[in-house]
Amino acid sequence: MARTADADFKTRLQNWIPKLVLSPTIAMMAVFVYGFILFSVYLSFTDSRLLPSFGWVGFENYSKLWRLSHWEVSLTNMGIFAALYILICTAIGLTLAIFLDQKIRGEGFLRPIYLYPMALSFIVTGTAWKWFLDPGIGLENIMQSWGWVNFSFDWIKNRDYAIYTIVLAAVWQTSGFVMAMFLAGLRGIDNEILKAAQMDGASNWNLYRRIIIPQLRPAFLSAFVILSHLAIKTFDLVIAMTGGGPGRATELPATFMYSYTFTRNQMGIGAASATIMLMTIAAIMIPYLYSELREKK
Amino acid sequence: MGFLDIDNTTKAYGSVQVLHNVDISVEEGEFLVLVGPSGCGKSTLLNMIAGLEEITSGEIRIKGDVMNGVHPSKRNIAMVFQSYALYPNMTVGKNITFGLEMHGVPKPERDKAMQEVATLLQIEQLLDRKPGQLSGGQRQRVAMGRALVRNPDVFLFDEPLSNLDAKLRVDMRTEIKKLHQKLGTTIVYVTHDQIEAMTLSTRIAVMNGGYVQQLGTPQEIYDSPANIFVATFMGSPAMNVIPAIVRLQSGVPQAEITRHDGSLAHLPFSQANLAAWDGREILLGIRPETITDTDGADRKSANIAPLNNRIVVTEPAGSDTFVSMSLGGKDVIARMRSDAEVRPGQDFDFMVNMEKAVAFDPETEARILP
Amino acid sequence: MSAATQDTAIRTGRVTRTLIYLVLILFALFYMLPLYVMLVNSVKPLDEITGGGMMNLPQEFTIEPWLKAWSTAQIGVDPTGLAPYFWNSIKMVVPAVIISTVLGALNGYVLTKWRFKYDTIIFGLMLFACFIPFQIVLIPMARMLGLMGLAGTTWGLALVHIVYGIGFTTLYFRNYYAVFPTELIRAAQIDGAGFFQIFWRILLPSSGPIAVVSVIWQFTNIWNDFLFGASFAGADSQPMTVALNNLVQSSTGVKEYNVHFAGAILAAMPTLLVYIVAGRYFVRGLMAGSVKG
Repeated sequence: MARTADADFKTRLQNWIPKLVLSPTIAMMAVFVYGFILFSVYLSFTDSRLLPSFGWVGFENYSKLWRLSHWEVSLTNMGIFAALYILICTAIGLTLAIFLDQKIRGEGFLRPIYLYPMALSFIVTGTAWKWFLDPGIGLENIMQSWGWVNFSFDWIKNRDYAIYTIVLAAVWQTSGFVMAMFLAGLRGIDNEILKAAQMDGASNWNLYRRIIIPQLRPAFLSAFVILSHLAIKTFDLVIAMTGGGPGRATELPATFMYSYTFTRNQMGIGAASATIMLMTIAAIMIPYLYSELREKK
Repeated sequence: MGFLDIDNTTKAYGSVQVLHNVDISVEEGEFLVLVGPSGCGKSTLLNMIAGLEEITSGEIRIKGDVMNGVHPSKRNIAMVFQSYALYPNMTVGKNITFGLEMHGVPKPERDKAMQEVATLLQIEQLLDRKPGQLSGGQRQRVAMGRALVRNPDVFLFDEPLSNLDAKLRVDMRTEIKKLHQKLGTTIVYVTHDQIEAMTLSTRIAVMNGGYVQQLGTPQEIYDSPANIFVATFMGSPAMNVIPAIVRLQSGVPQAEITRHDGSLAHLPFSQANLAAWDGREILLGIRPETITDTDGADRKSANIAPLNNRIVVTEPAGSDTFVSMSLGGKDVIARMRSDAEVRPGQDFDFMVNMEKAVAFDPETEARILP
Repeated sequence: MSAATQDTAIRTGRVTRTLIYLVLILFALFYMLPLYVMLVNSVKPLDEITGGGMMNLPQEFTIEPWLKAWSTAQIGVDPTGLAPYFWNSIKMVVPAVIISTVLGALNGYVLTKWRFKYDTIIFGLMLFACFIPFQIVLIPMARMLGLMGLAGTTWGLALVHIVYGIGFTTLYFRNYYAVFPTELIRAAQIDGAGFFQIFWRILLPSSGPIAVVSVIWQFTNIWNDFLFGASFAGADSQPMTVALNNLVQSSTGVKEYNVHFAGAILAAMPTLLVYIVAGRYFVRGLMAGSVKG
């Protein structure tokens, strides 16, 4: 009898160990992610300034936020940045992937070159772009020293164009990654379908337009989700390249939140802006993750 | 009480019941085969015996001890998996002795047991290799070695031959049978292949839809299938099932069936106890090998009925020739000797061995005769 | 057709092919440009840069900017160079990478081989945590680190990176173990191996590739982080990225571009080396985070 009880205990222990092993992670997630999210959302309804305080003010921070021209500039910049960034990355990524998929000699050499920016810190690449685009020593100066005396390129110092230099650097950093995603999609397409389409007389152009690109839908979706989430989180690159300037020309919600919370001591408004960022990302990520996890079942 | 008792056992996932009140008692030294189409619950039942899945209700006992809730390693069972499940990072020798090591058996004893098993299965030269370097047949042997070395009460086999090519499968089948005869172990063996079931087993449990449809010796299952499912699942080609009407003619029940041209044929039954079915519809079950030409008819049978019908297709298969025809609106296959002179379109005189005929109730699909 | 074109169905003419090569090479030059700029300008004297020679190879080769960036450049208030911050980053990255990978491996093992009710939901919540904008946790995290006595310390930063890295490491191991045959686990259970014995003896020996992916991904991500470093580090626990930014943004004195470039390369060096040595695994990690693994 005693032996059966022992066996039962061991069996029951074995049933509990997996949950015990998972519990530190679950606890961390509960506190550091979801608990913190609730806390920040709560702060966005309080009169917190330099430090968290708990005087309830309702939606006041949100209404203040939407009246701030600073926030409006951040959102406009976000719109320009995200649209161009996603569009250009996708276009370059798809083009490079299709070109690389043509049995290119030296693919093994080119691919790592396209992808290495992803391994670098935005602060590093931001520094490189900052000085390369600087009119004093960078591109403008170089071109002038090469003889184009009237060449002028001061976008990074120009309020109207600075945001496009951020787009340039961000595209440079991630388009190779998008290329890899599309290349994986292309390599996953059944070659027999392509042969069948060719038997049907499809030209290369039609082959891509009608057969191949429609089959890349999952890659397009992934690229969109990843790029839009990266766009909303863009922070380091702006800090390194322009610090949000000139003026507020390159402020984004992420830099707005940081400066309002930590340098302007408007924690309530900072929390409100962070909440809006979270909700935007959640609106994109949750349906995506939901469908990915469902399919796997 | 048997050696392994499956007593009124059920399995449900939530509200979905996948096994219904299974009752099987296995004697020591028996070779029980669980056979059925995929999804019939046979693997679930095996996993429940192994302790890999919980028992929803009922009991499973080994040597009289209740196994419900007992950890798989404490049941003194061993299992051979469909994929062999050899640990890829360990050598063959380690694979075989891993279970002994986990049970705290000292190394000298482990090595001795490993040598014995390796000799028995002729895999001594493979002991230092990794599973990745072995052929399918060799992996199969190692998997069996891992099971044998434990000297368990019950061996469980989960479709162990389904990943082998056709020829190797037949060889390994014979080998498993030899091993069973030599060692006299108790085996529960899951397969979807009815030939494996017939050749290996001392008893078969045919399963479908979570129910045991029939439990019996291979001969019982083949000659007296409990219902249409068992009749058509076991045997290849499958038993012909033909709609027929019972007609009593001077006290002898006959099966009235429609021939290819709509005319009627009458085949007398050997048994008289169909009187109650006079005028009613039944399903007549005839195995292909009991429809022959005149020379091929079974001389020991007391009831050979002639049947003239038109041949639709002939398929010579070397050892036999399969002839198909239309009877009662169904395609019916006859298995004839290869030298039978048959050709498509011919009106041919078949001989039907009605001693082997079975009849089913078309409503319940259960057997009513014999 | 010839054997070379047999396995790809698409055939292109000579002109098209030339154009394709041209585009591919132009883009390669575009991607190499910033690295080239950083490299050549980090080994030339300052006046060669300011004189419009940014794209030129150095006329006078000097490693002076590197030495200065490493050991004497003014970072914040002290002329310490980037060296102490480099070691800060190392001290933060090593424990964070090891712990998050180990936890990820165990989580992935549980979530695939010891499944229970709601495990997919738990995994979904872990995965979502990878994608949140970290601005949403900055304020409470700063408070929490203060409460735990970890404010401004390297350990505090390591903890932050562990917490927000587990989602990804779990994703890698989960996808990897999902295709690991469950029959092996069952065989080991019948053989009498327990939870940790199965993990240690059966799963872990086959987990080499995915462990490399996880380590490389975590290393790259944590090394390159700026937001957490800028938000939670104290003056003497700042990681390399924050120090580099301070160096580049400092408004006092002459802008020593060559030192900035040398510093940038120093900050990029570890991840770049890892990429050169094991880029295959890095790309695999990248892809696993975006498409189904």
